[in-house]
Amino acid sequence: MDFQLSADQKLVQEMVREFAQKELKPMAATIDQTQQFPWESLKKMAKLGLLGMIVPEEYGGGGMDFISLAVAIEEISRVCASTGVITAVNNSLVAYPILTFGNEEQKRTYLPLLCSGQKIGAFALTEPVAGSDVAGMQSSARRDGNYYVLNGAKRFITNGGEAGVYVVFAYTAPALRHKGISAFIVERGYAGFTVGKHEETMGIRATANCELMFEDCKIPVENLLGQEGDGFKIAMHTLDVSRIDIGAQAVGLAQGCLDEALRYSRERRQFGEPIANFQFIQGMLAQMATSIDAARLLVYRAAWLKDSGAKRFSVEASMAKFFASEVAVECARKAVQIHGGYGYSREFAVERMYRDAKVMEIYEGTSQVQSLVIARGLLGA
Amino acid sequence: MGLLELTDAHLRFRDQVRDFAQRVIAPQAAQLDASGTFPIELIRELGARGWLGIPFPKEYGGLGLDCRSYILALEEIAKVCASTAITVAAHCSLACYPIFAHGTEHQKKKYLPPLLRGEKLGSFGLTEPNAGSDAGATETTVRVEGDKWIIDGQKRFITNSSYADVVVFTASHDRTLKTKAISAFLVERGTPGFRVGRHEDKLGLRASDTAELWFEGCALPHDNLLGPEREGFKVFMETLDGGRISIGALGLGIAAGALEYTLEYVRTHVRNGMPMHRLQWVQELIAEAATEITCARHLIYHAAALKDRGAKITVPSAMAKLYASEVGTRTCRRLMDIIGPEGVSVLHPLERFLRDAKLMEIGEGTSQIQKVVIAREVLGK
Repeated sequence: MDFQLSADQKLVQEMVREFAQKELKPMAATIDQTQQFPWESLKKMAKLGLLGMIVPEEYGGGGMDFISLAVAIEEISRVCASTGVITAVNNSLVAYPILTFGNEEQKRTYLPLLCSGQKIGAFALTEPVAGSDVAGMQSSARRDGNYYVLNGAKRFITNGGEAGVYVVFAYTAPALRHKGISAFIVERGYAGFTVGKHEETMGIRATANCELMFEDCKIPVENLLGQEGDGFKIAMHTLDVSRIDIGAQAVGLAQGCLDEALRYSRERRQFGEPIANFQFIQGMLAQMATSIDAARLLVYRAAWLKDSGAKRFSVEASMAKFFASEVAVECARKAVQIHGGYGYSREFAVERMYRDAKVMEIYEGTSQVQSLVIARGLLGA
Repeated sequence: MGLLELTDAHLRFRDQVRDFAQRVIAPQAAQLDASGTFPIELIRELGARGWLGIPFPKEYGGLGLDCRSYILALEEIAKVCASTAITVAAHCSLACYPIFAHGTEHQKKKYLPPLLRGEKLGSFGLTEPNAGSDAGATETTVRVEGDKWIIDGQKRFITNSSYADVVVFTASHDRTLKTKAISAFLVERGTPGFRVGRHEDKLGLRASDTAELWFEGCALPHDNLLGPEREGFKVFMETLDGGRISIGALGLGIAAGALEYTLEYVRTHVRNGMPMHRLQWVQELIAEAATEITCARHLIYHAAALKDRGAKITVPSAMAKLYASEVGTRTCRRLMDIIGPEGVSVLHPLERFLRDAKLMEIGEGTSQIQKVVIAREVLGK
């Protein structure tokens, strides 16, 4: 057993940390307030190879492993959770399924675009009445000559308003329930596809979270991802992978909260001394640090399993996401608490982090969904 | 008196406030939060009903009811709009109460009737940039010049301050003497040398008013001293004993409001083909929330009943505030997961409730200060 990052992984960590602290941190408060999608940062990140980390070099990617991706998402989310999830979605929810389930033509067409940041990706699974209940989706696509004609609406789509490439799920055979769902690669600009209203959300406000509408949207047949009926399998496998990155995002945010809490508790003086001297504060700092370490180890273990070629890592990925997201919410709560009244003010980063944390317990499967995945694994069902 | 120490008269009054809160306040709460609007018309309307002076004698313009009635009203208002509730709580518990309990007959006759009838709004200025939990570190100074008090200094995070006509505040005669040299004073809006500073942009309670107060050579008549000279620390400690029950009532109200909303949601929504209320993971979250809310309610009502009996309430109010404020945050956080991806959207009130709830763990003494208070008394020190 070895708890060290490899030399290459450490280089990634140092490079992303330096970039994030220098380039992303100063922007984080502004893009939260203005809800401005961070295009400029993303262009710089593309140059560093952060938008297609797990994509092989032949398709324009960084050819790195999933531990490196987790480490990068963590360092980005440590200063800006919005940019963290945008990066995670591009890598693991869009580039990854195209890489894994796409044919050569699809890979050559779309992966370089995603890796270079020319186009950003979005993953369109959730619908107004189908959140945790994927099979409850209403969207459907029927074959019409050389096209599929897609009708339906998607909601709460991260990157939705700014993306150029979408992986969209719809029924091609509703009677088959989840075996009748197919996945498609849809480009911005296809006739019949429009971006709907921007969601007003509590946190991660710079992520162009939007509604998508498809009205007789014509998708070329060659944009079917995998085979007809593979959609549910593609979605579930992709979510297994991306949950590792939501776990990494949560660890990063929690670490950012600890960074802020440590700094503030050393600077803030009450009762004639730095509040870091008080045992109540020390207790909160110790709980934060311990839980962050535990969460980080769960995330790295899941990423390591994926890197080592394990066929099944759903349970470990769900455990990592489940635990890390709760750690993020709790660390944000404690960081605000340590800042007292100042933590409630928008003047301090922890106020934003508190709002950003909550959705991590919700998106890509709520904590309850993770519990069911874990229990199913335990019970062998 | 039953277990909850409420009479039929209490329940009738509660129902009256509940009806108004549900009918008039609830429909505007989301918009007030989104736009950060202080609902001055609504506050005037509450005043016209006598609800800005519930627990004070009729002879001073109050409604002549007790602390339990006041707490029930706050709970009902907080169920739909915690911003409005904190405006009422700061006015009653922090401004009117110390005038009523420590003012001279002349001060009571002069200040209370317009405040209690809701024609004027009150505020309490204790917190300063460098005096939060450590209120003894008050840096605002007072010196005597002829027959005037001359005040210099700054207060921060002061609820109601931009709209207050009368502010109760603290200043130090000699900063080296800490808590032994603090006095409480009254200042009226428009007094030369006294002005409202920057408005706080904050996580939650965005329809309540929080701002800085500045004193620059502000001259006050001798009569504006509240309570005995240099006993201001005692005045506000006792004021906070009562105030904490009201902050606890807000935590309780927010949690109860979140539960009521979620109950309606699960009764009317289906997930994976099952009515949501029949899912065990939903039942688990609801059962836990309902149990914790009931515990919080008992603690809060009991503290209020003790106050009505004239008992010392330092420990009961600290316990009630500590527990109920944490229940507020925990309940919102957990119940949001039931709603799923939409839970973080402003379409549902839970994201607002979660942002609002956090202040209850901070205002009028952080949870850590409550623990200091409780431990000191329990240990007999």
